[in-house]
Amino acid sequence: MQSLRIICPNGHLGFAPTREESFRLGVAARPDCIAADSGSDDVGPIPLGSGTSTSPLAWQTHDLELMLLASRELRVPMIIGSAGDTGADSRVDLFVKIIRELADKHRLPRFTLGYFYSEVDREHVRRRMRAGEAVAGLEGHRALTESELGATERIVAMAGVHPFIRLLEQGADVIIGGRSSDSCVFAAPAIHHGFPEAQAYYLGKVLECASFCAEPYGGKETVLGEVTADAVEVTAMHPAQRCTVASVAGHAMYERSNPYFEHVAGGTLDMSHCRYEQVAEKTTRITGARFRHADEFRVKLEGAGKVGERYVGMVGIRDPYTIAHVDEVIGWARDKVRERFGETGYELYYTVYGRDGIMGELEPNRHRPAHELCILVQGVAPTAAMAEEVCMIGTRQMFYARLPEVKGSAGAVAFALDEVLRASPAYRWTLNHTLRCDDPLELFPTHLVTIGQ
Amino acid sequence: MTRLADLAKTIRSKNAGVDLITFDIIFAERASYERVKRAGVVTRESICKLYGLAPERIADFVEFDPGNAIKFTIYRLRPSGSPGDPDIFGAQQYAPLLDIEVPESPR
Repeated sequence: MQSLRIICPNGHLGFAPTREESFRLGVAARPDCIAADSGSDDVGPIPLGSGTSTSPLAWQTHDLELMLLASRELRVPMIIGSAGDTGADSRVDLFVKIIRELADKHRLPRFTLGYFYSEVDREHVRRRMRAGEAVAGLEGHRALTESELGATERIVAMAGVHPFIRLLEQGADVIIGGRSSDSCVFAAPAIHHGFPEAQAYYLGKVLECASFCAEPYGGKETVLGEVTADAVEVTAMHPAQRCTVASVAGHAMYERSNPYFEHVAGGTLDMSHCRYEQVAEKTTRITGARFRHADEFRVKLEGAGKVGERYVGMVGIRDPYTIAHVDEVIGWARDKVRERFGETGYELYYTVYGRDGIMGELEPNRHRPAHELCILVQGVAPTAAMAEEVCMIGTRQMFYARLPEVKGSAGAVAFALDEVLRASPAYRWTLNHTLRCDDPLELFPTHLVTIGQ
Repeated sequence: MTRLADLAKTIRSKNAGVDLITFDIIFAERASYERVKRAGVVTRESICKLYGLAPERIADFVEFDPGNAIKFTIYRLRPSGSPGDPDIFGAQQYAPLLDIEVPESPR
């Protein structure tokens, strides 16, 4: 095969619907593969921790249907990574179920569906730690402790190309992947067809966010990537978009701390010698990518754990004197919570919009608050009843704050809602670590089934 | 005096994983990019001063020539989406960069 062409219709399948016009143009170009990533840690810890999706089922189904029908019509593989926002086992099962239902609905002729899981049992990690292995921390984390492991509800490992390639070798027409690196969803078919790893991983890197590598800005449009032995070319499908040197080079920076290196299970894509060339109005060509194998095969682990049940409250302040003393107002309310519940066993947060609500300690203008403030209060505790009371005291007591020289003696804050509201339980990320593997498929069991008529 | 917002076509912040927020300042053409680099008004030190950060909070600082961009990344104090985090996606932390003053190039 001289070249392999892949279309990517969506940078995060399900999170917002794929735009169909450019997808149709992509399909009309008769690609060799249709692929998309369906997950991100960008959505916060709640979906992974609670075993849910933040993407609505209707949008997930819409996008899978679009891709499945095109894939079967063209008779080319369809590959999805990080199913259902998190790539957790239940999300893989969900997408497999949707594919089965779509196959029934459209009476699709027989095809092979491959899928793999990425969840890692806490006990497995605990055994490895007790056997003396360090679960190394990324991005400033120290090595994993049993305490943080114990606080974790669910762990996924980030697959590389390997389970995708295994399933392609076994003849899968459609692949639903658990948690995996986004570039690997696209690199896998390229490597499977014999293209060099450097070009394959770069192809994945540039395609994974779909039209974010194009200009003008417009998400959820399709892009087409073509890989050859020494280059990658990427083309925007939407009539109004172009992949330019600026937009493609700019994409290397998106959501990454370093634009030159991309780490995947098994190695690193090195883009520091990449050359970018505009070869057609809508197409940029990239050469010079390199791939370095890791000395030790390690996979990234993501984990999230529940902090507690949560209630939120909200107040407004307009008196400039009270605004100037808002920390004392908050301090008064915190004291009342302390009197009721003590120092520990709950969490209480105040976000002060109009002063530093968005940037917190980074805000350079926090000494110049606006003429009005809004304070968001969050109470988190082991039970809903306690979280409600923590939040209610923490919110309502601001009304009764005693500032010595205030003129407004009838209430220090304004309520638009004289209640506190139940919010989703609070979760936090507990794992951003790596684990050594003896075998790249060790943590990613693969399965193959036949679907259709 | 020219503001950075007058010279850059994109100034943005976003999560880079759950523990980092990355900032991109992207210029439409090389000349503006070179001018800002030469002026030395966007450096590790100037960012630390602007945001009130200790130097070790900067995880990375890159002048990315192929993209005509300056990019820096900071460690979050707590991972994204933790209770109390006011910006789950890290998308609204860049505003102080807009008003950075860029002196005229020396003649």
